[in-house]
Formats: sequence, structure tokens, C-alpha cells
Amino acid sequence: MSSNKKYWKSVEELNPENSAAVEALGHKEFVEEIPVDKFLGDKDKLEASSTTRRDFLKYVGFSTAAASLAACEGPVIKSIPYVVQPEEIVPGVANYYATAIANGYDFANILIKTREGRPIKVENNNLAETHGHSNARVQASVLDLYDSYRVASPMKDGEDSSWVELESDLKQKLDQLNGGGKAIVLLTQTFASPSTYKLIEEFKSKYTNTRHVVYDAISESAALDAFEAKYGSRGLAHYDFSKAMSIVCFGADILGDWQGGGNDAGYSKSRIPANGQMSHHIQFEANMTITGAKADKRVALKPSEQKVALAKLYGKISGSAVTGSLPAHVEEAIDIAAASLKRAGSKGVVTTGLSDIDAQALVLEINELLSSEVMNTESLVMTRQGSDSDVKQLISDMNSGSVGALIMSGVNPAYTLPNGQEFAEALANVDMSVSFSMKADETASQSNYIAAAPHYLESWGDVELVKGHFGLVQPTIRPLFDTKQFQDVLLGLTEFDGTYHDYIKTNWEENILNGSPFNQALHDGVFVGTGSSESTETSEEQEESPVTSNASDAARRLAAASSSGMELVLYPKIGMGDGQGANNPWLQEFPDPLTRTTWDNYLTISEADAKELGLFLDRSNFFNQSSHDATGGLNGKYANVTVNGVTLKAPVIVQPGQAKGTVGMSFGYGRTEGVKSELKTGVNAYAFYTDFNSMQSVTVEAAEGKHEFACVQLHNTLMGRGDVIRETDLKTLNTGHKEDWNPIPVVSYEHKEILVRNPKADLWDSFDRSIGHHFNLSIDLNACTGCGACIIACHAENNVPVVGKEEIRRSRDMHWLRIDRYYSSEESFEGDNQKKDDIKGVKSSMQEFGEMESPAANPQVAFQPIMCQHCNHAPCETVCPVAATSHGRQGQNHMAYNRCVGTRYCANNCPYKVRRFNWFLYNDNDEFDYFMNDDLGRMVINPDVTVRSRGVMEKCSLCIQMTQKTILDAKRDGREVEPNAFKTACSAACPSGAIVFGDINNENDDITELTDTDRSYRLLESVGTKPNVVYQALIRNTDEV
Amino acid sequence: MKKSYQSVANFTNYKTRELLIRFFSPNLLLTSFLFFALLSTSVFAQEGGDPVAGKALFNTNCAACHALDRKMTGPALRYVESRLLEDEGLDREWLSAWIRNSAAVIRSGDAYASKIYAEYNNAAMTAMPQLTDEDISNILAYTAQDPPAPAAVPAGAQAEAAESSGGISNELILGALVVLFLLLAIGLYMVNKTLRRFAEAKNIDIEEAVPSRSLWSAFVKNEFLMLVTSIFFLLASAYYAYGYFMQLGVDQGYQPIQPIHFSHKIHAGENKIDCKYCHSSARVSKHSGIPSLNICMNCHKSIYEYGGETTVEYSKEFYDGEIRKLYAAAGWDDANQEYTGETQPVKWVRIHNLPDFAYFNHSQHVSVAGLECQTCHGPVEEMEIMYQYSPLTMGWCIDCHKETNIQVKDNGYYAKIHEELSKKYGVEQLTAAQMGGLECGKCHY
Repeated sequence: MSSNKKYWKSVEELNPENSAAVEALGHKEFVEEIPVDKFLGDKDKLEASSTTRRDFLKYVGFSTAAASLAACEGPVIKSIPYVVQPEEIVPGVANYYATAIANGYDFANILIKTREGRPIKVENNNLAETHGHSNARVQASVLDLYDSYRVASPMKDGEDSSWVELESDLKQKLDQLNGGGKAIVLLTQTFASPSTYKLIEEFKSKYTNTRHVVYDAISESAALDAFEAKYGSRGLAHYDFSKAMSIVCFGADILGDWQGGGNDAGYSKSRIPANGQMSHHIQFEANMTITGAKADKRVALKPSEQKVALAKLYGKISGSAVTGSLPAHVEEAIDIAAASLKRAGSKGVVTTGLSDIDAQALVLEINELLSSEVMNTESLVMTRQGSDSDVKQLISDMNSGSVGALIMSGVNPAYTLPNGQEFAEALANVDMSVSFSMKADETASQSNYIAAAPHYLESWGDVELVKGHFGLVQPTIRPLFDTKQFQDVLLGLTEFDGTYHDYIKTNWEENILNGSPFNQALHDGVFVGTGSSESTETSEEQEESPVTSNASDAARRLAAASSSGMELVLYPKIGMGDGQGANNPWLQEFPDPLTRTTWDNYLTISEADAKELGLFLDRSNFFNQSSHDATGGLNGKYANVTVNGVTLKAPVIVQPGQAKGTVGMSFGYGRTEGVKSELKTGVNAYAFYTDFNSMQSVTVEAAEGKHEFACVQLHNTLMGRGDVIRETDLKTLNTGHKEDWNPIPVVSYEHKEILVRNPKADLWDSFDRSIGHHFNLSIDLNACTGCGACIIACHAENNVPVVGKEEIRRSRDMHWLRIDRYYSSEESFEGDNQKKDDIKGVKSSMQEFGEMESPAANPQVAFQPIMCQHCNHAPCETVCPVAATSHGRQGQNHMAYNRCVGTRYCANNCPYKVRRFNWFLYNDNDEFDYFMNDDLGRMVINPDVTVRSRGVMEKCSLCIQMTQKTILDAKRDGREVEPNAFKTACSAACPSGAIVFGDINNENDDITELTDTDRSYRLLESVGTKPNVVYQALIRNTDEV
Repeated sequence: MKKSYQSVANFTNYKTRELLIRFFSPNLLLTSFLFFALLSTSVFAQEGGDPVAGKALFNTNCAACHALDRKMTGPALRYVESRLLEDEGLDREWLSAWIRNSAAVIRSGDAYASKIYAEYNNAAMTAMPQLTDEDISNILAYTAQDPPAPAAVPAGAQAEAAESSGGISNELILGALVVLFLLLAIGLYMVNKTLRRFAEAKNIDIEEAVPSRSLWSAFVKNEFLMLVTSIFFLLASAYYAYGYFMQLGVDQGYQPIQPIHFSHKIHAGENKIDCKYCHSSARVSKHSGIPSLNICMNCHKSIYEYGGETTVEYSKEFYDGEIRKLYAAAGWDDANQEYTGETQPVKWVRIHNLPDFAYFNHSQHVSVAGLECQTCHGPVEEMEIMYQYSPLTMGWCIDCHKETNIQVKDNGYYAKIHEELSKKYGVEQLTAAQMGGLECGKCHY
């Protein structure tokens, strides 16, 4: 009997308005045309071909047979030993060298792991008291060394040249200009290097008409000027957030790159509840940043209103009256902030990232008023030295033709200046321009000479990142190309007899070391001096700085700030920074911690504004432009963004938490020169960076077209799933019962509820894991800032391939470790749970669960690093038909790649979705020309880890190559493994101490007590997988006020 | 866990260095002793010393830097005593003083001593105060001997002769066999023919062969036989196909021709050099390491010719030629005893190739387990040409892991875990497999 039931594909079919469209679709099997024409459409070509079908089959048959026969012959492998083996190299054993990165944007003391003389990995230098941690960009910097787009030799007017020619031309020109009317200008990055600054001084005394202009692509001039005006020396205050009990930020992304970055370690210390206490953090900001995401209270506010709010807070702290109007909830937040700061007393701190000298001055003033211990104005941070006014002056001088020679090092003004074109024209007015650069970038390619510069891992150098804290930079590999560093050329010009290494050594022994041995400092990479060397380069006295010592004037000026219309807030993206790493595929594929989008920058906008401006795409639906493709790929609209008459077309992404009336856009994208074509992504936001001000007033209007984003997380909210992220507030943690807010899940056994940890709840018998090592990994959700250093560390350690934008869109990303980001759909996650619990009935659930898929306008945010959970009862292991994945006694879930046949059952059965499938042979394939496709890029590959082939599954191994090495070292020495000796790449890289790894059978390992704390829980424990990864619940300090 | 090195000697190399130093020190310090010998030769020798004992002493004390007929780190020493006496007027007393403490002679301002010191790169000869007058006399007796007369027939010619004679004899035997078979065949034919003739003569009928059904068609008609045969063929081909595929990529016995004929037999066998003297990184690293050429030159600076047994195939000239190849590769100018700096790194053909997905660590097996190299690499000390002794298949690894006990003695790492685990398994001694040596992830990651 046939049924008369009618089946609906979608509710749209019920809508009579769509009947025509439905009808049309009804006759089509596929919604979109299959692009048959693409491969069969070219009739002429098809006919012109002389290959018949039979021939074709013959060829196929023959080549298959030939290939399989050829595969039977083993290749002859040649091995070429050293002629004279360097004493410190043992093939197969890694050496570590201490060095430092100082590329003008990122500054850190690090260790470099080398194998057979090749640097392959960046590690943190734990001897460093400050700046000893790497971020994602520093972790990725090792790949820049093997960049196939590096300039291999000096160039003159686009032709290959030689150092002899370049140096003699330069010397001749400089000698000719010496003492004359036209200036010699050194335009450099911030070196933060005592020896380089000393050398430049010597250069200046030889060539008397030399000017040194320091230029930071992303300027901290306002903060520097304010600090200089107040304290007399040019630098930035050093903040130690580990001492803080109350943190109030106005547009300061203190966990990102605010004032040079590097604050996350200290911040995280203060955020881990200890003795019932943790710091209280209030964030006023426009863009959603990782700092805002970590804040206990986040107020989305336009920059102009942030100024007023800051002024009001000053009023509250100082007791003076400040006018200005703000919405009630902001006023309330300021009261809370003031109360929090007052309660914290000297452990309170206020920061701001507003590019406004008044705001910066006011913050210093407030911290003085609080007599904040967190802010240290004695030991200055030296990592930003640039002066906006000097740069502006330079460009006008260049235009007027009064610059005779321009020597640039570590800067790319043609790209990073808002008026890059104008700079390029001005450059033509300079008699001789030399650019020290690793690439033929926007500036270098327009200079007369490209002086091929070495990578920092091929160079000598020194740094003083914080006054009195010195570091040494040493080469870890012989220069790969015919390069020479800026300092060596300057030494040649000043007729110093020796290399830069000699110069540094002499300088250190005379001025810094105070009798300590140089080799020890070189070994450690860091040295804490007693006194700082003579004050480093301060730029010429600025007469223009309008700072008044009178803070109340500043407050008044700030309070008067107002703006109508949209405001644009420019920001550096965690993965890309100022854009130096644009040709680094690891960084391009690094998902932004918040938008989780790769390979792009974009305009972030609030949902309300997007809807108003027609920039909003609805959720998937066959009948309109949708926010997602059928494959899941995220789509966005384009907008024309105009600032000061400059218009760019940029894709738009809706960012929950973006302050209404503001849009955000990141620097670092839109590179045009010195970057592989596939890595030329995004738009150049420096074009909007007028007057080095990251806050601009802007007009946004919808534009044609649909942009395809490569986003690795398509579901944004937690939907009240407390099993995934456990969180509560500090009060509950202190006073409540663990069973209430962090219960062990229960399951039904013979109609009775029993704990899932009860052996009766198990399908499987447990192994005895009490003997030998048993590895566990703990992730503290409170300490994790989402910075992503672990992701890149994992890439480098485990040879994770880069798959490119298209593949990411198809959800074929290969990251072994990802940091999921969840938004709350109500104001808080607690609200979500409430809403979920209140849902009654089918109808209500349909609607309300639908609503819960959308994040709130200003949501709570949670970051959760997820890698293979190494379940003791692993669902993947039971479904593998070939036993390619199996369990080790030490708790690791093993994956034998050579055994895998690629059924992908394991990935389907994994509740955590951490398994990655190699759809292609990424390491030798022109379609994936990132780094594994050329011999230079392959030098970064870790020889201890297999490079996976096509068709096999892979996943986190808990860095078994590292645990095995630790064990072997102990065996060889005939000793027990020392406490806390076990590390994984992610735990070693984590700057905030959120990831802790160790052996739970060793009671001296830190991990042992972390497996059973009030905060500890296992992910989706109710499933009964018994993971070896343990999470520490997220605690918010929301009840403090 | 981590140590950062600044270019300071790596601790791991220390043993090698120690060896180097032991090797070199006579080289560097001693030297020129032999110039000085004076007086001639046979006369003196016969009077003073025993050239046989002298040879032994020479080899122990002098040979690292001196040869009889060629310049090395120090000068050539044949007829040194007579030469010094005739050319420089220096007597045995001077020579003894020099041998026992050359530095003192140089310090004393002796003209010839200073000259020779300067000529050999200011490298002073190791003082040998332990040598008695008799020892010195014996050594000098040895140096005073006339060189042995060259062999009457060059070895090469002999070899050729031997080879050619061998060839002839083989052909002769083959030829004789052919003739024999021919004779047999003819004999049989003749017998047959004779018998038929007898039969004819005696009127005996010879039955013509009955045209029977051919065996083939009978076979084809018999379905049972066909079935059995096809099953047999299928099984046989499956067996061989399996065998063929299982040996793919298994290169047991792989014995490639190397760019330099390096004889493990001579080095490890006859001269008993410890494997890990050259393959030093086997102790500390996953790689055993192909020795760098500077390791070869530690010895081959002094060992410029082959002095051991030779065969027809591997003559002295052949081996000496290989040493020349080493000198060319290392950039060693043998005549002037100095490095030219023009090196030609040797492209050895790698014999033991594990696939990339298998992780093997030599130090685990050599240092921790204390295995002899021969366990896996076979009788290397007998291999004139190195070959792959073991199959290097996973089954082979696992078999060994199942049988081999853990070396727990004096190893603090194993103390606790071995005690607990052996109790658990109820055994005295744990095998590598019981220790976890069969887990996939231990070798595949």
C-alpha cells in the first residue's frame, strides 16, 4: 500500500512565497550546477587530442604496472659523513643554544633546539627573569629561516650584486655626504640592543650629519611620550601582573601585544585561585580581545567613551569631579572598578592601550595614586622606542630632498606607513637608499640596494629588553645565504677591526658584565646587570609633546572626547603581529583565538551594526545568501571601509562582544611583495593608520560579493553543555561543595545511579597502571589565555603539515592541538545553563535551542585547548579494523601510521574530534607549496617524528618522542627520571603555565596533585572514556563586588 | 632536561676525545728522533743491538710518528745513526739525549736540534726517558737494516697467471665431459643398432608401439585430477606470491660496492679496533654514525700502507690504493704531511635502511641493553665487504624483544619498575617485551 505521506525537505517549502523556487528546485537533483563544463567543456581541445579511449586505458594500465614494478626496487641511499665532525655535534642528538629574538616587534629570550646543525624548534629560556617566553610568532620564527623567498645575495637596482660593491658604493656615498648639507639617516626598528646603539653613536660621530630614526610599525609613541614627560626617560613602564589583585584595562590587550607583550605569564599567575583568592579583572574595550575574554567583567565601549570612562575613573580615584556622560551600565562598571582598585590598594593597576598621550599620562597618574606595586617605573621596558614625530619629519625631509642617504634595517615603511605610496615616492628623492632586509619586500624592492640580511638565528647581537636585564643573540647555524648583518656593515664603515661578535664581546666585558665571564652569559643567554649601560639612545628632545604635568587637565580633555558615527579600532592579530610573518604558512594557518579564522583579516563588527548596515548573513538556508556553505565553510559579506578618504574593500565577520558603533581590523595582512602568491591574504589595514592612531573614525557600507572565510570552528556557543567547560565563580569555589558545581557524572546501572568512575560502569576491564610511568596532562582553563603558542610549538615538534585555505574551509585542518573558543548565548554561561534547564516541551526546545546557537552581544568567553585525550578506554581503538591505534602502558594512545589503512572509523568514533586525516601527500605536492614542498623548508622538519603520508590518520601522541627520550636519557645514566622532567611541546611552550605534563606515578611530579583537585574534571567524562587529559575548571571572580 | 651548549666540548664526545688524545700524543710531541742517528748501519747494528727486539720497540714507541723510509710527523729513520754521524757529526750520545728528552736538547741551544725542531712545525718529540741504552741500541739496529729486496715476481703477474690457469682447466674439464657424453650417445646408438640386427637375424618380431591414448588427453578427461592439480597450482602460486611479497624491501645480504673499499675484516677483525671507536655515537645517539674522515685520519696519518696478509684479489697495491682514496677524500697531502683543505666527502652507500616510520635508537641497545654490535650486524669482523646480516624486519625485532632480558644490573632506572613488574608477571627476569617493548608507539611515532 502506498503511503500518502509527504516529506518536506525544509520548512521553506511550506511558505507559499517560495513555491516557484521550490518547484524549480524539485526538478533538480543538485542545487547548484555541477561544473561539468569545467573539464569537458573545451570541445576543441577534446577533439584535437589524438589519444583514443583505448590508448588512454593502455597508458593507464602500463603506467600502473610500471609504477608497481618500480616500487619493488629499493632505492640506493647515500650517506655522506662529515669530513671533520664538529666536536659538539653528535648525529641524532639535539643541541640547545640560548639566544634572543629582537625583530622590532617580538622580543624574547629563547633557546633554540638544533639537530645536526639545523635549528628546528624554539623553546622558552627559563633562566630569563623577564621576557623568557615565546608566543606563537616567536615559535614560528624558526620557519622564517628556511623561507624560500629570502634574498640570497645583495642586490643593486634589482640585479644581483656583491657585498664588495655594495659596501664600497655605500662608503663612497657616505664619505661624500659627510658633514655636508644633506642628511644621512638610519631608519631602523627598535633594536633594544646596547651594542647596536653604541655602534650607531660611533657611526654618528664619524658621519656627523647622521640622524637615527627609530620606527615601530605599530606605534607606542603615545605611551612613550607620556612616560618620558612624567619620568624623564624614554621607555615603557614594566608591569608585573603576578602581583596584581585588581586589574582595570581601557582598550589594553595586555595578554596580546600591548606595549610589546609578554605579560601573560604574570597575569596567569594572579588568575589561578590560591588560598581562596585571585585577581579581579575589569576590561573596557571595543574589539573583543583575548584579554577581554579572560576578564571577569567586560564592558564593550567605543574608544571615545573609553576615554571618558578613564577620566571618570581618575575622578573617582583622585576624588576630583570629572564631567562627561556615559550610559548607566558603564557608570556602574566604573564604580565597580574604582571599588575594586581601592580594595586592592597597592596591588591594583590600571592600563590603557588608547593611542592618546592624555590617556597614557592619566594611567600613569592613577597608578601613582594607587602607589601600585604592579607598575615598575624604574626598570623600563625597552622594546618600543619609535617616535612618530621623527618618522613624520623624515618623510617630509625626504620629500624636500634633504636626505642624501637612507639606510633602513628591520623596517618596511612602504608597507607599514599609512601613506606607503607617498613614502615610495619620497624614497625616490633620496640619493641612495639601502634596505637591510631578508626579503625583497615592499620597501626593499623600491630601494636602490637590498642588503641581504641574515635571519636572527644566523646573527650575533645583544638585547636589553628591560633595563638591567641583558640577553645575547648568537647564531645557531652558518648563514644559508650570502648575507651580512646591519651591524657588521656599520662596523666596516666605522673602520672597526673585527666582527660584530668581537664588538659585542668587548662592549659587554667593558660595560655590562662587571667581571662575569662572557661565555657564561652566552651559555645562559641572559645576564642581569647591576647598573644599566649609559642611557640608551633617546631621540632628540621633543619640543612638541603637549603633555602637561597636570593630570586633571588631561582628565578634562579626555572627558570631553566624543565622536559621532562609527569608530575603527586597529589591532595586531595574535598570529600575525605587525605583518613580518606574512610569508610564514604556520602563522597564516594559525587560527585567530577569537574568530578562529585562518588565512585572513577582516572587519569585525557587532551583530546589531551588521544588521543595520546590511552586512549580516543568516544561517544556512537554501534560499538566501547564507553564512555557511553546505560543506560548512563560513561566508561573509564585503564592506567598503573608508577612513580619511582611503577606501578599502574588506570582508566582514560578525564578532560577538564588539562594541556597538565600532569596527575592528587587524594589521599585518595585505602584503604585496616578498610573499608567495598564496600567502598574499587579507587587506592592508596600515592604510587606515593615519597619525599612528589606532582609533579612527570610519564609514562602513555594504559592498558587492561574498567572501569565503577559512574558519576552523563553526559552532560558537556551548549550548549549556557544562560537561565540556566547567566553570563557576570564586565564591562558589571557596564556599560551595565540589559535588554541586563540579560533580562526577553518574550513569544508570541496574536502574540505580552510580558514578561513572565506578568499575561497574565500565564495559572494559581496567589495566593496572600503577607500575612504571603513567602520563597525564593538565590544562588549567583559568591560566590559559588562548595565545596559541602551544599550537605552533606542536606544529614544529610534530611536523604538522599546512593545508591551505581551501582545505581548511573543507574542515581538513591538521592541527593536532586546537584551542576551542566558546561564547555564551546569554550574558553568561551560567545563564545558558539556566536557560537549558528551563526548557520545557518540544516546541520550546526547538525554538530555544535555536536561540542558544547565537552568541550574546557581549558574551562570556572560554578557551579550551583540546588535543587527543588519550582515553584509557579509547573509543577509537576498538573500532580500528587493523589495530593501527592501540594503547600503551604509559597511558598514551599510540598511532602506527604505517599500519593505518585510512578507514577513518576512529575519527568518527572519537567524541573529542581530535583525529586528523591526511587527505593528500602534503610534504611533496605542488598543490601545497607551503614549506614541506621544498628542500629549504623541509630543513625545519623534526627528524624524530615521521612525516605522514597520504591516507593515514594522525593525532596528538602526547609527544611520545619526547617522553621516550627522557626515559632513555635516564636509562643511559642509570638513574630514575627526575621530577617534572617529562614535557610535551605544548607544556614546554605554554607561557602561562596552563599546560602541565607529567607522570602521575611519580608523587614528586606537579601533575600528581593536579589530577584530583576541586577544579579538576575530565572532558565528557560521562561517556566513560577515562581520558588522561585533565582540565581545571574555569573560575571567574564575578562576585567580588 | 635541556642543556644549552655554547661551543664547548660536548660531554658525550669525551670518550672519543680521550682516545684521540691517547692516539695523538706521541704524534704531536715526539718526533724527530731519528734524524739523529748516526753511524752506519750494519756495522753498528751488528755490534750494538738486536734488530728483532728493536723492531718491536720501534713499533710500540716510534711508529706513530716515524717510518723507516718516509717522512711522517717526524723524519724517516732508515740509517739515521750513520746519516747523522756522517752529515752532522753527531754521535750516539747526542742521539740518546735527544730520544730521552728532545726538549732539553733544544733548550740547550744545540744548532741542529733547533733546526730540526723548526723544520717539523715546532712539534717537540715526546720524551722517552724510559728507554734504556740497550733499547736505543736495539732500535737503532733495526733502523740500520737494509730494506728487504723486492720480490722477484710482481704479485700482479702471479695473480694473472693463477687466474689464466684456472680458466684453462675449467674449459678442459667441460670439453672432456662433452666428449664423454658424445661417446656414450654413440655407444648407445651402436648397441641399439646391433641388437636390432640380431633380432632381425633371429627373426624375432619387434612389436610396434601401440598408439595409446596420449597421457595429456587422459589427464584432461579426468576431472578429479584436474581439480587436484589446479588446487595444487593455486596453492603453490599463492605460496610463491606470498613469499615474493614478503621479501619485498627486505634487503638481507645487501652488499653494495662502496666508493672506498673499507674492510671491516682488517679493522675490526685483524686489528681488533673496537666498533665504537669509529661508531662512537652508537653509545649516545639513535644513529651509530658513519665515522667522519677525521676519525680515519687519526690512524691513517701514520698507517699509509697495508702491511697485513694479502690475497690474489686484495693485494697490497689494492689496499694501498684505497688508502690513497681516503687521503684524497680527507684532503691529506701524504708527501708533505699536511692537509690541503680540498676535501671530497665520501658518498657511502647506506646498507642498513630502516623505513622512516620505524624509530630505532642505537644507544638504547648498545649502552642500556649492552648488546654486542654483532648481535644484529653479524660477524662484522669477518666481513671483507660489509653486508646486511639481519633481515631488519619487524618480526625479527619482535622475536628478539621477546627473548632478551632487560639489563637491570646497576641501572637505577630499572630498579623499582623491574621489581614491581617482575612480581606482577611472576618472573625472575623481565624480557624487553614484558617491559613494554612490543607496544606500537615505542617504535612508531
